[in-house]
Amino acid sequence: MASITFIQPDGTENVVDAELGMTVMEAAVKNSVRGIAAECGGACACATCHVYVEEAWREATGQPEQMEEDMLDFAFDIQPSSRLSCQIKMSEALDGLKVRIPEKQF
Amino acid sequence: MADDVIKTDVVIIGAGPVGLFAVFELGLLDVEAHVIDILDRPGGQCAELYPEKPIYDVPGLPVVTGQELTDKLMEQIKPFGAEYHFQEQVDTLERIDDGFRLTTDCGTQFECKVVVIAAGGGSFTPKRPPLPGIEDYEGTSVFYSVRKMDAFKDRDVLIVGGGDSALDWTLSLQPVTKSLTLLHRRSEFRAAPASVQKMLELVDSGDVIFKLGQVTQLHGADGQLTGATVKGADGEPFEQQTEIMLPFFGLTMKLGPVANWGINLDENLIPVDTEKFETSEKGIFAIGDINNYPGKLKLILSGFHEAALMAQQAHKYIYPDRKLIFQYTTSSSKLQKKLGVK
Repeated sequence: MASITFIQPDGTENVVDAELGMTVMEAAVKNSVRGIAAECGGACACATCHVYVEEAWREATGQPEQMEEDMLDFAFDIQPSSRLSCQIKMSEALDGLKVRIPEKQF
Repeated sequence: MADDVIKTDVVIIGAGPVGLFAVFELGLLDVEAHVIDILDRPGGQCAELYPEKPIYDVPGLPVVTGQELTDKLMEQIKPFGAEYHFQEQVDTLERIDDGFRLTTDCGTQFECKVVVIAAGGGSFTPKRPPLPGIEDYEGTSVFYSVRKMDAFKDRDVLIVGGGDSALDWTLSLQPVTKSLTLLHRRSEFRAAPASVQKMLELVDSGDVIFKLGQVTQLHGADGQLTGATVKGADGEPFEQQTEIMLPFFGLTMKLGPVANWGINLDENLIPVDTEKFETSEKGIFAIGDINNYPGKLKLILSGFHEAALMAQQAHKYIYPDRKLIFQYTTSSSKLQKKLGVK
């Protein structure tokens, strides 16, 4: 298991446990974390699971691949730390990961 | 106008896999159907979200993409000659003497005895950027689609996005507008290479202005846009004057007008029984992702099962005097004739 902290726009934090290999989006949906719509269910096809990775975790989570970068065009308020949470797979190295949830997915 | 009304047994709302398979199950029972969908092609989520992505849990097909499944279903239901009405959304549904009358946003009217709602996660509608006050400008200065190019004649137009819609409309509208600015967050475009090439040529010739950035705020009054604040690529804000903005950020699913038809809903889903998959309203069925019942699984295969059972009850409403004898396609010469294989 690895823990993920979701920081809501109002500052409240949801800490959830994720199984290794699970995506950050799946962990959010499983734990009913507000603000992750994930309309397409994790196919990298809707850009409604957008998160901002906290600075300290950006290196560990890596850069988006081409498909994800393309899909980010359909998200709102993109920042350098923007990722689609369905494309971040949990590993031991990501235990303690912190991500911020945008004001609105759309 | 009465002559223009399309009369049919069943109207199926939604041309996703489950709506399409409903055509098959109804067709085997001599029930004819019209299918309405807001997208411009069949397949629903399979076509819009997963055309190239593999699906592994359709029985008998170890792996199939969303597009392949759609194509195979279209082939499978072809013998039943259903008619399709794409890029239309059913706005109103009212009860009439012997069934229902439905009217779409294009004004098409249908009269039918049975309605099958197979609308999945809802209607695909353009995403609205969450900019404060954007709704005040919609329909006057902010548009998510182009119905009449004339509306943009000799105007300053800002197109936002970098996908096919943004590029296609940049190319189509440029000749009629006073000025056209394309705004995108990066200099790569997820669009057909030929369109990107043409757009770049227009930028080179000065006919299209391309800017990097993201809109953060809208300015204007009384529904009339005067400009937008844009966060540039360097993070610095700048002001962009414009009378019109066309944001293209893809589609999202919204329940839409279904909520106004007097059918009981529970958290945006339609509760049904598990024998007929009928809603709280007699003669209106709901199948696939949009319905809910104890144990519901949002699987394509579950939707297929629901379509088959729904068809049995729909048949009773359409042919109240006919006794339905259960038959297999493998052995029934009658069914095989309908399928055109005998």
